[in-house]
Amino acid sequence: MSEAEPKKPAARGGRNLELPEHLKAYKGVWVFIEHDRGEAHSVSWELLGEGRKLADTLGVSLSGVIMGGPDEPLDAIAKEAYSFGAEACYIIRDPVLKGYRNEPFTKGMTDLVNKYQPEIVLLGATTMGRDLAGSVATTLATGLTADCTELRIDPATRALAATRPTFGGSLLCTIMTLAYRPQMATVRPRVMRMPDADTTRTGTIIEDSLGMIETDIVTKLLDFIADENSNKVNLAYADIIVSGGKGLKNPDNFKLIWDLAKVLGAEVGATRPVVQSGWVDAERQVGQTGKTVRPKLYIAAGISGAIQHRVGMEGADVIIAINTDPNAPIFDFAHHGIVGNAMQVLPVLTDTFREHIAMRSRKAA
Amino acid sequence: MHIVVCIKQVPDSAQIRVHPVTNTIMRQGVPAIVNPYDLFALEEALRLKDKFGGKVTMLCMGPPQAEDALKKCISFGADDAVLVTDRSFAGADTLATSYALAAAVRQIGKEQKVDIVFTGKQTIDGDTAQVGPGIAKRLGLQLLTYVSRIADLDLENETITVERRAEGGVQVLKTAVPCLITMLEGTNEMRFAPLENMIHAARYPVRKWNKEAAGIEDVTKIGLKGSPTVVSKVFGPTPRAEKALMQSVEDASPRDVSLNVIQKIFTQHPTLERDILAKAAV
Repeated sequence: MSEAEPKKPAARGGRNLELPEHLKAYKGVWVFIEHDRGEAHSVSWELLGEGRKLADTLGVSLSGVIMGGPDEPLDAIAKEAYSFGAEACYIIRDPVLKGYRNEPFTKGMTDLVNKYQPEIVLLGATTMGRDLAGSVATTLATGLTADCTELRIDPATRALAATRPTFGGSLLCTIMTLAYRPQMATVRPRVMRMPDADTTRTGTIIEDSLGMIETDIVTKLLDFIADENSNKVNLAYADIIVSGGKGLKNPDNFKLIWDLAKVLGAEVGATRPVVQSGWVDAERQVGQTGKTVRPKLYIAAGISGAIQHRVGMEGADVIIAINTDPNAPIFDFAHHGIVGNAMQVLPVLTDTFREHIAMRSRKAA
Repeated sequence: MHIVVCIKQVPDSAQIRVHPVTNTIMRQGVPAIVNPYDLFALEEALRLKDKFGGKVTMLCMGPPQAEDALKKCISFGADDAVLVTDRSFAGADTLATSYALAAAVRQIGKEQKVDIVFTGKQTIDGDTAQVGPGIAKRLGLQLLTYVSRIADLDLENETITVERRAEGGVQVLKTAVPCLITMLEGTNEMRFAPLENMIHAARYPVRKWNKEAAGIEDVTKIGLKGSPTVVSKVFGPTPRAEKALMQSVEDASPRDVSLNVIQKIFTQHPTLERDILAKAAV
C-alpha cells in the first residue's frame, strides 16, 4: 500500500522514542520456523521471503530458529530454510521440545534472543506462533505487532514499520517499536507470497541447549488428535474461490455461490457478516479474522470490499467482483468489475462458465 | 474455587463506518459491547462454577463507562466486578495492558486466592491475542491458549486437562492450577440472563480501582509510557494503480457481460482455463 512517512513520530507523554545505546548491538533478522510432526509450516517460508527483503535493506543476516526433539528432522528443516533465504539456523534439540508447549519454547526463544540479540523476530500468526510471540514479547518486555499485512524498514529510523488492519479492519495502521529490541511481529499464513526455493543455497547451523528438564515443566502434552482431512475445508490453498457477501440478502440466494463453485471446481468463501449470520461455517470466512487466501481466481459476489475482507483476498491473481454499487470499494482492487445484482448475474455467469467448459472439453476430446 | 474472567468493552465493529471523504472512523452512535470472544470465557467460567461452586470475579480495564460491560456480565451470573480505570492507563498497548491487568489480578487474589484466570481468544477491535499470554507470563501462571474444551478439573489435586486447538489437530494438555485459559470461540453458548439478574446487575456496585488500588508498582510500565509500540500512522487503503475493467448490466445483458468477462480472463490467463478444464474432466 502507500509509502511509510520518512519522519520520526513525535514523542508524546514523555516517553523515550530513541533506541538506548545498549540495544544498538541488536543485529539481524530472525524467523521462528514452526514445524509439527516432521514438517515445517509454509508460513515460515513465507516469512523467510519477507525477512530476506528486510535483512537485505538493513544489510544484515537472516536466520531461522528451529526447536524440536532430537528424533525430529531439524537438520532437514534447516536445509529447507536455507533454500528459502536463511543464512543460518539456530537449533535447540531437546526431548522436552517435542510437540509444542508454551513453557519450554518460551524459554528457548527468550534465551536465544538474549544471547544472540537479533533486531527483528518474525513468527507466523498461527495458534503456535501467537501463543509463543505473546509470551516471548512479555518476557523480553518489547513491542509485538500482530497479524501484519506489510513489513518494511522505515528509512528514517531503520526500524521495522509493521502495517496491520485496525478498528475491526476498517483502516490500516503502521506500528513501530523504536526504543526496544527485538522488534517482534506476527504474520498470518498466506498473507506473504511464497518465495522461490533455491536448493543450491547453504547455511550454518548454530546449536544451543535448553537447560530445562521434563520435571521442570508443569504442563504435559498427553495426546495430539489430528483433524480428519475429510471434513476440512482447505480454503487457504484453494486455486479458485467463489465468495458471497451480505449483498446476497438471504441464505437461499447464497446457494447461487455454491452452484458457481461446483461448476468451477472451486471452494466457497464468505465475508464475516455472512458467517456471523450463520449462512456458512466459520471455516469459510475470508478476511482479517478468517482465512487469508491466494487463489488464481477469486469471484466476489455481493461483497462491498471492506478492508477486513480485502486483506484476506487481495493476493488473488484475478479478482472478479459483482456488486450493484458502482462505487463499492471492491472495484478499487478487483481486476474485473460487473455492476449488477448478484442474484441476477450469478445464474447467468454460472451457465456461461458451464457452457464454455463443456465446449472447450469437447474440443480437447 | 475462585475464577477471574478478564473482559474488554469494545465498539461493535459491525457498526463502525469510515467517513468516505476524510477516511476517519465515525464512532458516533456506535454501541459499546462486551468483546464477543470474552463471552465464551465467561460462559465456561460460569459452567465451572455451576459444577464446582465458588465465585466468578469479572475484571476489565477501560474508561468509566466500561462499567456497563461488567454489569452485563453480572446479569449473566458473575458474582463480582472490578473496573480498573485511571487516566494514566490511556494509550496502553498490549504489553502495558497486561502489566496493569496482572497487577489487578494479584490484588483480587489478595482478597481470595485465584484458581483460574480466563480471557477471550482475542478482542474484535485489536485482534492481537496478546494480552492473555501477557497476563499469564507476568503472574507465572500456566498458559493454555485456544482451549476448545475443559476435559477435566481436579480441584483436590489442583490439576486441569484441556483440549487446545493447534494447527492440524487438537492438543490434549494437562497442567496445574492456577492457570490462565484463553477460550476458543464457538465452544459454548452464553446463557440467558433472567430478569431478576438483570435488575441485580443494574444496581450492582462495580468496584472502580485507580492505579493505586490496582496495585500498580511501576507507573513507567502503564499507559502510553509503558508501551513499546508506537502507532506511526493510520490510513485508509489505496486503490490499485490500474482500475478494474468495468461492465454494467445496464449497458449489456448479463449473458454478454458473462461471455465478455470469461473470454477476457481466459485470454489473459490461459493456465487458469487449463486448470479449470482439468478439474472439470475429473
